[in-house]
Amino acid sequence: MQNNWDIQVRQISKSYQKVKALEGISFEVASGELFGLIGPDGAGKTTLFRILTTLLLADQGEASVQGNDVVAHYKTIRRSVGYMPGRFSLYHDLTVEENLRFFATIFGTTIEENYHLIKDIYAQIEPFKKRRAGNLSGGMKQKLALSCALIHKPKVLFLDEPTTGVDPVSRKEFWEMLKKLQEKGITILVSTPYMDEAALCDRIALIQGGKILSIDTPKAIQSQFPRKLYALSAHNRYLLLEALKSYENTKSAFPFGAFVHYSDQKDSADLDVLKTYLESKGLQDIHIVETVPSIEDTFMELVP
Amino acid sequence: MKAFLGFVKKEFYHIFRDRRSLIILFGMPIVQILLFGFAITNEINQVKIAILDRSKDATTQEIIHRISNSPYFTVTQLIEKESDITAVFKKGMVKAVIQFEPHFDEKLLREHRASVQIVTDATDPNTANTISNYITAILKDYQRDLNQNVTNFSTITPQIRLAYNPEIKSVFMFVPGVMTVILMLVSAMMTSISLTREKEMGTMEVLLVSPLKPYQVIVGKVIPYILLSLINATVIILLSIFVFGMPVKGSFMLLGAESLLFIITALSLGILISTVAKTQQTAMMISLMGLMLPVIILSGFIFPISSMPVILQVLSNLLPAKWFIIIIKGIMLKGVGIGSLWKESLILLGMTLFFIFLSVRNYQTRLES
Amino acid sequence: MKHIEWVIEVSGLTKTFGDFTAVDAISFKVQKGEIFGFLGANGAGKTTAMKMLIGISVPTSGAARVAGYDVFTESEKVKKHIGYMSQRFALYDDLTVKENIAFFGGIYGLGKDRIQKKSKQLIEELGMESEANSLVRSLPLGWKQKLAFSVALLHDPKVVFLDEPTGGVDPITRRQFWEMIYKAAHLGTTVFVTTHYMDEAEYCDRVSMMVNGAIEALDAPHRLKEKFGVESMNEVFLKLARA
Repeated sequence: MQNNWDIQVRQISKSYQKVKALEGISFEVASGELFGLIGPDGAGKTTLFRILTTLLLADQGEASVQGNDVVAHYKTIRRSVGYMPGRFSLYHDLTVEENLRFFATIFGTTIEENYHLIKDIYAQIEPFKKRRAGNLSGGMKQKLALSCALIHKPKVLFLDEPTTGVDPVSRKEFWEMLKKLQEKGITILVSTPYMDEAALCDRIALIQGGKILSIDTPKAIQSQFPRKLYALSAHNRYLLLEALKSYENTKSAFPFGAFVHYSDQKDSADLDVLKTYLESKGLQDIHIVETVPSIEDTFMELVP
Repeated sequence: MKAFLGFVKKEFYHIFRDRRSLIILFGMPIVQILLFGFAITNEINQVKIAILDRSKDATTQEIIHRISNSPYFTVTQLIEKESDITAVFKKGMVKAVIQFEPHFDEKLLREHRASVQIVTDATDPNTANTISNYITAILKDYQRDLNQNVTNFSTITPQIRLAYNPEIKSVFMFVPGVMTVILMLVSAMMTSISLTREKEMGTMEVLLVSPLKPYQVIVGKVIPYILLSLINATVIILLSIFVFGMPVKGSFMLLGAESLLFIITALSLGILISTVAKTQQTAMMISLMGLMLPVIILSGFIFPISSMPVILQVLSNLLPAKWFIIIIKGIMLKGVGIGSLWKESLILLGMTLFFIFLSVRNYQTRLES
Repeated sequence: MKHIEWVIEVSGLTKTFGDFTAVDAISFKVQKGEIFGFLGANGAGKTTAMKMLIGISVPTSGAARVAGYDVFTESEKVKKHIGYMSQRFALYDDLTVKENIAFFGGIYGLGKDRIQKKSKQLIEELGMESEANSLVRSLPLGWKQKLAFSVALLHDPKVVFLDEPTGGVDPITRRQFWEMIYKAAHLGTTVFVTTHYMDEAEYCDRVSMMVNGAIEALDAPHRLKEKFGVESMNEVFLKLARA
């Protein structure tokens, strides 16, 4: 059964001078899984990617990719994985085609040999293949970088913040591409700071401050929210928020889109009492409805 | 192997797409050589000279008359003692001093030979050279007139002495210096910048996580610059031969081989810099401050090493450039072969191996050590 | 009927670069104390439009008044009455918190006493007393952003322009940041947010959606979602961009 894990991470820790970037991180990614590492900037996502792609050595702990230890067998790993670092590392003075050809050659293959693998993605940027990579839009750079990371037919794909700085249309298309790659049997570890992308993964790990807050399927993580959650609105959000913060029964109150998400110290709130209280604070147009906690709500709840 | 060739091809793309750097790369040697060559004038006019006539006879008077009547010289001072020579030079009043030996006339009559010493201020080496040529010509002229209708020939021997710059630095002397500086710049700075650019762009990460071996990345980076540097060296040598008539007395093969050795020295320095520099800017600063300035100042390119303070003379031994300048001067100007240059070549080779050893030791297969 | 005070009034604002029309005759108004989201993909013309509004780029044609001044003829006055916080650069990393406040207060012509008072008040509000003399470099990202926002408000501008303010910060810090924005808006400052992250749009009172240099939609987020029959602003954007 253990052989089914493509990525195994055990108690990995890493510090830069005094800063602890990672503290005792452990998780596994199954073969063919689309696994998301969800957390803000500075959570330690990039450090973890670099340890797994053998670019950094951990201070403590062990990790392996397809059964190969990241320290002892780093050369084997480097041959068999695809890696797309944050800030799409492409040569800006080379054209789209030259970039792809270059990455194909250094992995000892050709564009033609593995064209079927990247066809869906590359076809979208192929009309611009004579254009220099530096002149591409964020979305096109992202597609080119993914094509380059895929061209040698890797078994495991590491994508570090592939959707940062990319417009919503390209982001959506990108996730659709990942799903297709997954169907081809590729194991994918992807990181993102956007909570709304978490739902698109098979399983996710929420990470903040170098520690994992929770690992599970997106659905299961949402249901980890321990109490009922309410969405409130009133004529003035600022006053609503201030009123809720000074309310004696408040457990949490955060702005959330057009609403304020509120949870009570008791499992479920006495809405009439709450409404009366808010009215006494001069708020008008008060609406209170129960709402389904999102991954972001759970994330905030789990942060110590 | 195919992967490696692909890498080299990519490097050439980088180089040829960066037009500005390319123009600087190839334009700079030409401009520098021409500047050094033409900034040093070859024309002289009304040059002030001093005379130390220790004979004071009719012949010396006649020669002095001929010199001061020429459009090239003005005799501004007559001095009495040999020790005054240094004094007039120090005051910067004259460019040359002509000294006649005592009993000049008598010697010429009895022994048929007499000598004139021409001392020139060689801080401006080209002018000094021209001055002594002109004075010698006037002396020859006089000698010819003297020997007309005579069977017993008399000779006036000019003895040329150079003050302040006994090594005679002239355009010929600048060529080796400029060549050294340019090879250093192109090779060390360009490679270190190009390697650090990969770090800055994040592409180094992808290269590391690829089957390319570290030595392939380094050698692949270096090959285009070896070619470029060789082209540059050739351009400099051709320019100095055809524009300035500089001789290459020794073997071209040896010159090429030694240049290649020095290029590799500089490249290994460039790689070494890239192992410590994280950004292109740092790489450039280290190359400029750490390599260019010492090369220009300490290698004997501009200031003669022999006139430096002892501590700097000792330090200059650490510069590969110093040894390379000695080597190419030897080959081009003296025409000597490897037989007399083996020591310098060995030193250069040793330094190169040392730098390569250091860079390989420092080169990281990961992002940090 | 309450009198509406318009702080930003734009009509037919256009900017062309040669043959290329970056901003194509956009018109909108933003009222005092409103949080206005200026959305669009990268390259849709957001940045060009904003540069005209903050007085650092001259429009090709059209008219715009910001904080009561004409962006064509009174751009220097515009600059004095607005605040600006960009994602890329906001504070000097190698100056301390106090030095940054004093510097930015100084360039907006605040007196010494006023800077001192403001600086004390601001540091207290942010709870950064113990970091007041540390270099900004050493602060966590979220703190830097909150500090940058406070600094942009230092001279009590009528409008504050925020360029993708909360990219990459953790959810809690992001909430705190939005609370600061709500407070500023409640106290009468108009907040103009440009972003291409659609969930940021959900927090705005009204949003405009820019596609290829033109404004394709302008309304409150919930109305736009109703109109397109979708659940999120992200989907609104996808519908508009694909149309």
